[in-house]
Amino acid sequence: MFKWGMVIDLDRCSGCQACVVACQAENNISLPEPEGAKKGRSIHWMELLPYIEGEYPHIKARLLPRPCMHCEKPACIKVCPVGATYKNEEGIVGVVYYRCIGCRYCTTACPYNVRNFNWYEPKWPKEMKGSLNRDVSIRRKGVVEKCTFCHHRLLKAKEKAKAEGREFIAEDYIPACVQACPSGAMFFGDLNDPFSIVSRLSRERRAFRLLEDLGTEPKVIYLSEGM
Amino acid sequence: MENQSMILREDEILLDPIRKTGKPFYLTLFILLGVIFWALFAYLNQYKEGLGVTGLARPVFWGVYITNFVFFIGISHAGTLISAILRLAKAEWRRSITRSAEVITVLVLFFGVGNILMDLGRPDRMLNIIRYPRFQSPLLWDVSSITVYLTASSIYLYLPLIPDIAILRDHGGKWQWFYRIFALGWKGTEKQHYWLEKGISIMAIIVIPVAVSVHTVVSFVFAMTIQPMWHSAIFGPYFVAGAIFSGIAALIVAMNLIRKVYHLEDYLRPVHFNNLGILLLVMTLLWFYFTFTEYLTVYYGAEPLHMNIFWSKFTGRFAPYFWGMFLFCFVIPLPILSFKKTRTPLGTLIASLSVIIGMWLERYIIVVPTLTNPRLPNEQIIYSPTWVEWSILAGCISFFILLYMLFTKIFPIVSIWEVKEGREKSMAEVQERIKTYLPGIGVE
Repeated sequence: MFKWGMVIDLDRCSGCQACVVACQAENNISLPEPEGAKKGRSIHWMELLPYIEGEYPHIKARLLPRPCMHCEKPACIKVCPVGATYKNEEGIVGVVYYRCIGCRYCTTACPYNVRNFNWYEPKWPKEMKGSLNRDVSIRRKGVVEKCTFCHHRLLKAKEKAKAEGREFIAEDYIPACVQACPSGAMFFGDLNDPFSIVSRLSRERRAFRLLEDLGTEPKVIYLSEGM
Repeated sequence: MENQSMILREDEILLDPIRKTGKPFYLTLFILLGVIFWALFAYLNQYKEGLGVTGLARPVFWGVYITNFVFFIGISHAGTLISAILRLAKAEWRRSITRSAEVITVLVLFFGVGNILMDLGRPDRMLNIIRYPRFQSPLLWDVSSITVYLTASSIYLYLPLIPDIAILRDHGGKWQWFYRIFALGWKGTEKQHYWLEKGISIMAIIVIPVAVSVHTVVSFVFAMTIQPMWHSAIFGPYFVAGAIFSGIAALIVAMNLIRKVYHLEDYLRPVHFNNLGILLLVMTLLWFYFTFTEYLTVYYGAEPLHMNIFWSKFTGRFAPYFWGMFLFCFVIPLPILSFKKTRTPLGTLIASLSVIIGMWLERYIIVVPTLTNPRLPNEQIIYSPTWVEWSILAGCISFFILLYMLFTKIFPIVSIWEVKEGREKSMAEVQERIKTYLPGIGVE
C-alpha cells in the first residue's frame, strides 16, 4: 500500500509560483472577478504563504508553498456532518463535491486554512473555454474544494500501467505542482517505502512539518532554509 | 356550558385577543410582512448568486448567520427551561407567565435552525444530513439535540394548552372545528386532570436536561475544533448560562408587550417583573463570572496565538463589539436590576433589551475574531456583514414576532385554567405545604 507524501525544500524554492499556476490550470480552479478577489474569495489549492519572522531590524521574510497537508489525522474529516470529506487508503484527503452541503465546518476546523469555498458559480475568461482539464470535475457554487494531490493523475497513471501490462510504480504518479517546479524544490512519492526520495528527505535533519504540535501528522514535509 | 362561562367571567379578558382584532394588529402585521418579504428577497438573491453576496471570505467562513443561530437557540432557553424550573419548584407566581415563555421556545427554534440552513452553500442538499449522517461531527449532535428539544418543548407547550383549547371550543366563536380537534375531547374530569398534571410534570423534568444539552452541544460546534479561543472546556456551561440569560431577557420583553397591548396588567403584575428581574440579575452576575474566567484563563496562559485574538477583542478591531457587549450585558443591566425601585416592568424592559443586544454581540465576538486570526499567515480579511445578512436578521426577528402575535390570536397567551386553578386550589395547597415545612404546627 502506498502512502503519498510531498517534500518541499525551502532552500531550493525561489518563490516563482510556478506550482501555483500549474495547480490552477491543472485543477480547473475558477478565476474570480477582480472585486471578488479583493474580498478574499479567490481559490487557491496551492499558494505561497508569506512568513515574516522577527522584528525590524532583525527581520526575515520567507515564502512557504502550501498545498493541502493531507494529514494522517485530519481535523476536517472529524467535523463533516455528511461524510463529504474523507481520507482514502493511500492517505489522500478528498472531497465528494456532490455530497458537500456547504456548511463550511471543515474550512473553519482546518488549522492550515487550505480549504476553499465556492462563493460564486465558477467562471473563466472566454479564451480559456477549450483549455479546461477534462480529468477534473468542475465545482459548482456552494461547495468546498481543496488540493487532492492531483488524484486524477494517480488514477490515470494506474490505468496506463494496466494498459501497458506492467505493475504500477510510485514514480508513475506526480502532481502538477511538483512537475512544474523549475528549481527542483518539490518531491513527491511513497512515504511507506523507506528508500523513496521523500522518505529519505523526511528523515533529514532539516525536515519539519507545519504546526506539528497539533498532532495532525501532515504528509507534506518541509526542509527548512539555511541550515 | 352556562356554568363554565359563569366561571370564566373574571378571566374573560384573556379571550379578548382571540375575539377582537383591531386596526393596530393589521398595521403591525403589514409592517412585519413588509420586512419579511424584504428578507425573502435578500435570501433569494443569495440563493441565486451564492454566498458571495455576504461579507464572508476565507478565512472568515462563518459570520452573522452562525451568530444568529447561536443567538436564537439561546433565546429559546427562556421558555421551556424557566417554565419547567418554576413548575417543578411549585413557584405559584409562574401561573400567568409560563405560556408566554413556552411559546418563545418553540417558535424561536425555527429561526435558529433556519439560520443554519440559510448559511449552507447548498441548501438543496440539506437532507444529506439525514441520508448520510456522520455522528462524528458536532453538527450532527446539534441536529439530534435540537430535534429532540423541539419535539419535547412542543409537547410541553401543547399539554397545558389542552384545557384552554377546550374552553375555546365550548365558547363559540370562530374555528370551532379547529379547537375541537386539538382539545382531544377534554372534558375536565378528575381523571383527565390527573393524567394531564402527570404528563406536564414528566415533560417538565425531561425538558431540563434536554435544554441544557442543546446549548452545550451548540457550544461544542466551536469547542470541538482546535481553533484558538474556541477550544475551551468552559464553553458548554458558558453558552448555557448565556442562553438562559438572553432567554429571560426575551421573556421579559415579550411579557411587557403582552401586558401593554392586551391590557393584562392584572395578570402580569410588577411582582412578576420583580421576580424575573432578580433571576436576570443572578444571570448577569453568572455571565460576568463566566466571561471573566474565560478571558483570564486566556490572558494568563498568554499563548501568542490566543493573545492575538484576545487583544483584537480588547483593544483591536473588535474592541467596539467587545466593550459594547460588556456595556449591554453587564454595565447597563446590573444597576437597574440591583435595586427594587428600578425592577419595575419598565426598568426590567430596558435591562432586557440591553441584554438581548449584548448577547447577540457576545455571539458575534465569539465567532468572528477567532476566524479572523488563524494560525498561519493569511489574507487580512475585514469581515463586515452586507445588506443581505442584516436583512435576513431583521426578517428573522420580524417573522418571530409575527408568529408570536398570531399565536396570541389563536390561543390564550395566559393559561386560563392554570390561573383559575391557582385561584381556587393553590391557596389551600400552599397553606398546607407551608405547614409541612414548619415545626410545631399541625402535621406530625
